[in-house]
Amino acid sequence: MSSIQSSLDRPQVEEARFSFSSHLYDWVSTVDHKRLGLMYIVTALLFLVIAGIMATVIRLQLAFPNGHVVDPDTFNRLFTMHGTTMVFLVGMPFVAGLSNYLVPLMIGARDMAFPRLNAFGFWIFLFGGFLLYFSYIGGSGLSGAGSAPDVGWFAYAPLTSRAFSRGASTDYWILGILVAGIGSIASAINVIVTTISMRCPGMTFSRMPMFVWVMLIDSWLIIIALPPLSAAQIMLLVDRFMNGNFFNTQNGGSAVLWQHFFWIFGHPEVYILIFPAFAILSEVIPIFSRKPIFGRPAMVGAVAAIGFISLGVWAHHMFAVGMTSWSNTFFTASTMLVGIPTGIKIFNWTATMYGGKLRLDTPMLFCCAFLFQFLIAGLTGIMLATGPFDWQLHDSYFVVGHFHFTLVAGLVFALFAGMYYWFPKVSGRLYNEKLGKWHFWLFVIGVELTFVPMHFLGFLGMPRRIYTYAPDRGWNFWNLLATSGLIFQLPATLLFVWNVVHSAIKGKIAGDDPWDAWTLEWATTSPPPEYNFETTPEVHSSRPLWDLKNPNDPDWRFE
Amino acid sequence: MDAVLTTPKPPPPIGEWHLPDRGTMGVIFLIVTETALFTIFVVAYLVYNGKSLSGPYPKDVLDLPILASICLLSSSATIVFAENALKKHRLGMFKLWWLATILLGLEFLVSTGMEWRKLIYEYHLTVSTNLFGTTFYSLVGLHASHVIVGMCFLILVMLVTLRGFPIATQERRVKFLSWYWHFVDAVWIVVFTVVYVIGR
Repeated sequence: MSSIQSSLDRPQVEEARFSFSSHLYDWVSTVDHKRLGLMYIVTALLFLVIAGIMATVIRLQLAFPNGHVVDPDTFNRLFTMHGTTMVFLVGMPFVAGLSNYLVPLMIGARDMAFPRLNAFGFWIFLFGGFLLYFSYIGGSGLSGAGSAPDVGWFAYAPLTSRAFSRGASTDYWILGILVAGIGSIASAINVIVTTISMRCPGMTFSRMPMFVWVMLIDSWLIIIALPPLSAAQIMLLVDRFMNGNFFNTQNGGSAVLWQHFFWIFGHPEVYILIFPAFAILSEVIPIFSRKPIFGRPAMVGAVAAIGFISLGVWAHHMFAVGMTSWSNTFFTASTMLVGIPTGIKIFNWTATMYGGKLRLDTPMLFCCAFLFQFLIAGLTGIMLATGPFDWQLHDSYFVVGHFHFTLVAGLVFALFAGMYYWFPKVSGRLYNEKLGKWHFWLFVIGVELTFVPMHFLGFLGMPRRIYTYAPDRGWNFWNLLATSGLIFQLPATLLFVWNVVHSAIKGKIAGDDPWDAWTLEWATTSPPPEYNFETTPEVHSSRPLWDLKNPNDPDWRFE
Repeated sequence: MDAVLTTPKPPPPIGEWHLPDRGTMGVIFLIVTETALFTIFVVAYLVYNGKSLSGPYPKDVLDLPILASICLLSSSATIVFAENALKKHRLGMFKLWWLATILLGLEFLVSTGMEWRKLIYEYHLTVSTNLFGTTFYSLVGLHASHVIVGMCFLILVMLVTLRGFPIATQERRVKFLSWYWHFVDAVWIVVFTVVYVIGR
């Protein structure tokens, strides 16, 4: 009798057969921050592959002089879509995905502050991306001109006016990015509010993990810097659909104003993109050096300073348009100022490693490479910040080399570090370390081969965005070298994909805390349950798991 | 053996743990990002002020929208009265002040509409006429669209109140809506100054 009663009391869980539609429904209707974070990252990776293929075609076209891999119009569309995709559909969702997945876990919360807004942000971003890519089908519009946008990722006026950009391709560029931007702002507001209002007991601002700090400032930058782009794009829509005059030089409008508005967004944007790299490094380097991060307050201060200064440097993209020498001086000086907090960060990461017990696993290898490569990128940045130097190399391949060094040799390396580091947490399984090391070395070689020659091409006078070049310019060798980097980068990427897919299914079980780490996300199971933590954790120092593992020598006694 | 190693001390207990309300924070940062959006439009207006190549010019066609401004700004006061009435659970007063807010907002929109009608039909000023037209309709229109969004929510609250929905439990939402409404009013002060005072 009693056994019957107890079996009745037990909740009856219907173990459903695996059905595709119910799984699809689960994912589409989810408001769980971890699932949304994963969807952001998977979407970003898919767009990364698409834009990577575009880059491959661009490099093949430029490998030899007088190349004819694609025709010139297609080439213009390729570099436009490559840049737009990489910035808005790869970089931005990585920001949103990483912060969505990790911020609630790291601050001991059960979800984001606004879960439904979170889902809205993801879906509107995704459909913004679709809208941009729909231009390949619908871009020709009624006048039958062009397919995908071909105005460059910064879409300078007056190239975007009706006269020069017929058809609907530029409109798809505007609307796609505008819509995706709404998603980014929604997600950024969510991250800020989550960080302020959802921290578990004891998680004061001074104890918050560096990752959360950096993402908080990153989100702050997003909500300040993205609206200028939206505003400029709305103005462009007014120009294109209602014959407005904002950027119509025939009627007194100013093409330079578009540049100002675009770069008021565009320069903070590059910091928005690189901040996740700072966030990842600040978590990975201490764990793999077995030392707490060096100079925590200085690190937070440096990020805040970069966030602040970066709002006042935008016109260093515009030295060549002919501003007053006072403006040139101001923007040269303000840009060089960014070098100081960035230097503090590089120094502190190095100082964290100094004297530590280094563990050179794949995530750490990617971080070490980041330090070297990002330093070079920063130095070429200082070079370009100098007005007269920029006049020489403006819009040359030196610029292309510089920003690919920051975004590929910098950001992408850090993203790989982050993905390897948190892979055990997300999937519950360990990745294959050997494949990871192969990926790392192939990728380092490939990236150096591709992007170092671009700096020399710039010195030799090769302009960016040219379709092809004559054989007697002295650019043949460096271009071929740059393209040959693909031989290493493509297999490296394939290895990564294989490693992730294979390890997620067949990898060794990771356990809760494979790295012996110190932040809260490693306190729960891998993968974390939907509610994250069974009981709300309490935090007494900036390294809560260290306190748990070393009750004899807890951090809270020194903080 | 070190005594500390054998007897780990428990960490000091965490005292009262209060964090800011997430809804409040959400509205604050929504207003921050909206401010950034408006700033760019205001900057565009100021940059292009007086740069129109042909007429009509602002000084010839713009009249000070005194009545509309008074209506919109006083609606900020009536919405506060409504809020206070709700706090004291005086639903009748709440409905009255809420209706007043809606009517004042409506009056603002109607006078904007009349102004635009006059500009378009009498002075033939459209978005494409000159830089003044482009920037004027964009900035004032952006603000008016925010008023319209606010009106939609105001009317929504009014409807559910009339249907007898227990609106007193929605005090927080009413508060957030009133903050948004104050923001729209504050933006109008800026727009008024830029367009009708500096711009003329």
